Amino acid sequence: MDLVSTVLDGILLGGLYALFAAGLSLIFGVMRLVNIAHGDLIVLSAFVALVIVGGLNLHPLVALVLVVPLMALLGYGLQRLVFNRALGYDILPPLLVSFGLSVFLQNSLLQIFSGDSRRLHAGNLETWHFDLPGGIAVGVLPCLMFAVAVAVITGLQLLLYHTELGRAFRCVSDDQETAQLMGINNAHLFGLAMALSLSIVSVAGVFLGIRANFDPSIGPTRLIFAFEAIIIGGLGDLWGTLVGGVILGVAQTLGARINPGYQILAGHIAFLAILTLRPQGFFPKTR
Amino acid sequence: MPSNLLETHGLAAFYGDFQALFGIDFRIEPDETVAIIGSNGSGKSTFLKSITGLVRAESKAIYFNGKAIGGDPAYRIVAQGIAMVPEGRRLFSSLSVEENLSIGAYSKRQGPWSLEKVYTIFPMLKEKRKFAAMALSGGQQQMVSIGRALMANPKLLLCDEISLGLAPVIIKELYAQLGRITTNGTTLVIVEQDIRQAMAVSDRVYCLREGRVALEGRPSSLSRDQITKAYFGV
Repeated sequence: MDLVSTVLDGILLGGLYALFAAGLSLIFGVMRLVNIAHGDLIVLSAFVALVIVGGLNLHPLVALVLVVPLMALLGYGLQRLVFNRALGYDILPPLLVSFGLSVFLQNSLLQIFSGDSRRLHAGNLETWHFDLPGGIAVGVLPCLMFAVAVAVITGLQLLLYHTELGRAFRCVSDDQETAQLMGINNAHLFGLAMALSLSIVSVAGVFLGIRANFDPSIGPTRLIFAFEAIIIGGLGDLWGTLVGGVILGVAQTLGARINPGYQILAGHIAFLAILTLRPQGFFPKTR
Repeated sequence: MPSNLLETHGLAAFYGDFQALFGIDFRIEPDETVAIIGSNGSGKSTFLKSITGLVRAESKAIYFNGKAIGGDPAYRIVAQGIAMVPEGRRLFSSLSVEENLSIGAYSKRQGPWSLEKVYTIFPMLKEKRKFAAMALSGGQQQMVSIGRALMANPKLLLCDEISLGLAPVIIKELYAQLGRITTNGTTLVIVEQDIRQAMAVSDRVYCLREGRVALEGRPSSLSRDQITKAYFGV
């Protein structure tokens, strides 16, 4: 029963990893930008939430009402003022720009908030749980994270496949030049995509901050988790990304069960094993 | 109302340091069909791309409806009423046939064209509207590409080599439909490799060579020798 509980924890943790990954996947899909700063943007939104929670004395989940639009606005501005200038036929310049942004964010956060560990306090939500038969306790917070991940992915799918904006995203992803001939302003659309990505990032960031301690240096590891979830699931498929997150989460909790020090390592080993056996991931969509 | 729908004056175009067009003077009147012929690399496609804003042009080099549009971004030019059927069709591969058509109306220009109207001229597309665009035959894909451009309700439609790689019977059908489209008040510029086809459907022809206009006139007034000379420069 202990094992079942561990696996269940891992599955639910996968929801958080899918949240890390969804925004990254969207950006890569729409504009072929590998956003190295993605993890640091997750951490940034946790800090933004920290400031809002402290300043206005709000529950972290309520603070999302402010964090999401703030980060979306930042995303649009970042895209229009920074990334759009680097995007072109060569994928290297935007990659380097995002790497620079990553360094910038980490050091700015360190300067402002110091390297101390922080936490977003969510009161009872942190400890609330319900009991399943067989003495398995399931936390409400992990369930909530998983449910939000499913909701975010469902929402993204609906947006991409059933709205005009989503159709425009797919057009630009297919062929940027021809998209302009349709009347699509690529620069604006990229801005919207980044705003959407950072909206998801802020949800992920707040959950990250409620679930565990964070400090300015943990961004790159979240980026790697996001990458791993995407690659395991197969590039371009959001439900695959959720599956990828779940596999990663289960591998980590199982690893941690053997020895707490093995948690991260077990995740990487599972990732490398899958990369070796099935390099295209489980549900590849890219041509 | 100016008599010309589109005019270019000394239009030049560059790809980096390479100059592709050297001072093109072009005009087309409303309801006219003008063909542009010329060999590979003569600048035909570049000319169309300059008009649509995909290749940069000087502001005063292009007038549409009496307004200077040179250098405007492509997405604004569509909204003003210039749509293009690009060379090689360039359908969106992850979109269905119907989605490809619908995205053509993205600029929300008002006019006579709708999905229903496109399906009337290309009934085959209605049957296949749920198909992935790439699952269609070349001719059908070309119909989607033409339909997609029409969905923008253009005043001026630019067609870049729509006969490329298609069977003669399909080409005939496509041109028959283009003839019907022009009766709907759409002015047409076609770029063609097939000189006979170009001569047959157009009111006037321009022949480009090495980025310059080598010859211009009504098909009936041009001799075979003149065209050969303009085309090959011998």
